[in-house]
Amino acid sequence: MNNRLGTVSRLATPVKAWVQRFAVFLLVTAALALTLLGKTDSTIVHKTRVAVTDAVAPILDFASRPVGSAVDAIEQVQQLAALAEENAKLRNTNDRLRHWQTVAYRLEAENTALRDMLRMTPDPNTRYVTARVVADTGGAFVRSVLIHAGAGDGVAQGQAAVTGEGLAGRVAQSGGRSARVLLITDMNSRIPVFLANSRERAVLAGDNSSRPMLLYLGPRAQVRPGDRVLTSGVGGVFPAGLPVGVVASAADGQVRVQPFVDWGRMEYLRLIDFEQPGLLLPASGPD
Amino acid sequence: MRQDVWHRLDLLARSILPFFATLLLILVGMVPLRVPALSPVIPSLVMVAVYYWTVYKPNLMPLWAVFLIGLFYDLLGGGPVGVGILSLLLLHGLVGGVRRYMVGASFLAIWLVFAPIAAAAFFAGWALTCLIETRLIDPEPGLFGYLATIAVYPCLAWLFAQLQRSVYRRA
Repeated sequence: MNNRLGTVSRLATPVKAWVQRFAVFLLVTAALALTLLGKTDSTIVHKTRVAVTDAVAPILDFASRPVGSAVDAIEQVQQLAALAEENAKLRNTNDRLRHWQTVAYRLEAENTALRDMLRMTPDPNTRYVTARVVADTGGAFVRSVLIHAGAGDGVAQGQAAVTGEGLAGRVAQSGGRSARVLLITDMNSRIPVFLANSRERAVLAGDNSSRPMLLYLGPRAQVRPGDRVLTSGVGGVFPAGLPVGVVASAADGQVRVQPFVDWGRMEYLRLIDFEQPGLLLPASGPD
Repeated sequence: MRQDVWHRLDLLARSILPFFATLLLILVGMVPLRVPALSPVIPSLVMVAVYYWTVYKPNLMPLWAVFLIGLFYDLLGGGPVGVGILSLLLLHGLVGGVRRYMVGASFLAIWLVFAPIAAAAFFAGWALTCLIETRLIDPEPGLFGYLATIAVYPCLAWLFAQLQRSVYRRA
């Protein structure tokens, strides 16, 4: 028996030495293989990713709450300091909003009447899911966030994620109880939009900077800084008319859009479960 | 007998500490700070951690641990899988190559050595992302991330040093 053990250990040592010498090579090859696997849209990578984020989301939720409270506390102190000025500004905004509320009611009534006359099909039903942002996973070259809501709450891939101000991004993947939202500033983000003034269609493309640009504008498109940019709903995945941002600059043939979303106040995201009846939704969205 | 079990558990805990501390650091690094001006300047805490433990406790930060850390980071981060793994493997490999010259070096020297090694790792990450996306990506966010990582090294290294002193006093 001693002889047998001796033989086994004699065989194992050179194997171990061989493995150690080629460990670097093996691991680098494994890493490259994983890269290729991820690039070719394999479901394995997607599923593993979803499993990892699902496992980690509760921890991140717990960990991000103290930061949230700390930020809120600091904000409260700042607000106290600027109270009188804030008050005057709010009164002003209130008056303007009341005016717009009257206008909105009038337009809504007119809209309903006109639709009735034309016998137009009603807008499809939309459901909303609100979720907390628990992680800002962005490194240098990715702009995405994790939210603590998943397929179990009604989140599905491709849904639009909005804040109170406007469109923030699109759900890239959703797991059981977590989901990843690709922000509109990420370089893989492509949102079909249109300009409110000229009704020109374009595609909002992110490039990891704070101001995504408009692609595929028509050659005779008139774009001016200050034009509002809204989602166009082309493709049937996003609802149309969601505010995205304003044109910030139109120099050098490159149109840059300043998003409405205040990234610093993005604690909750609202996901729009929008189903256009009878339209086949393509399995779009990057991994 | 019971002492033996506790002793074994203690040894086990000490040996897995750097690995799990680094994994935890990845999560900590992802907590949303809600300061939008900071988003391009997020330092790579993982890089600091892998560098530190490879320098001071290389037997507790072996190659396969670096691989798993990189994999975890890539899966959570949302970028293409493999970028983080390869840049961390490169970092680990470069440190392994120069480690013998760093025995007994001062804190400042180790920080200085971190600069070019981290630069190589960031560059590799950027180049690989360009290759995967088959287009040239703006390197500016990577540059700012690199500078932030260099800047954050002293604080993190101090923290790890405290940890090392309290946990590995006898080692």
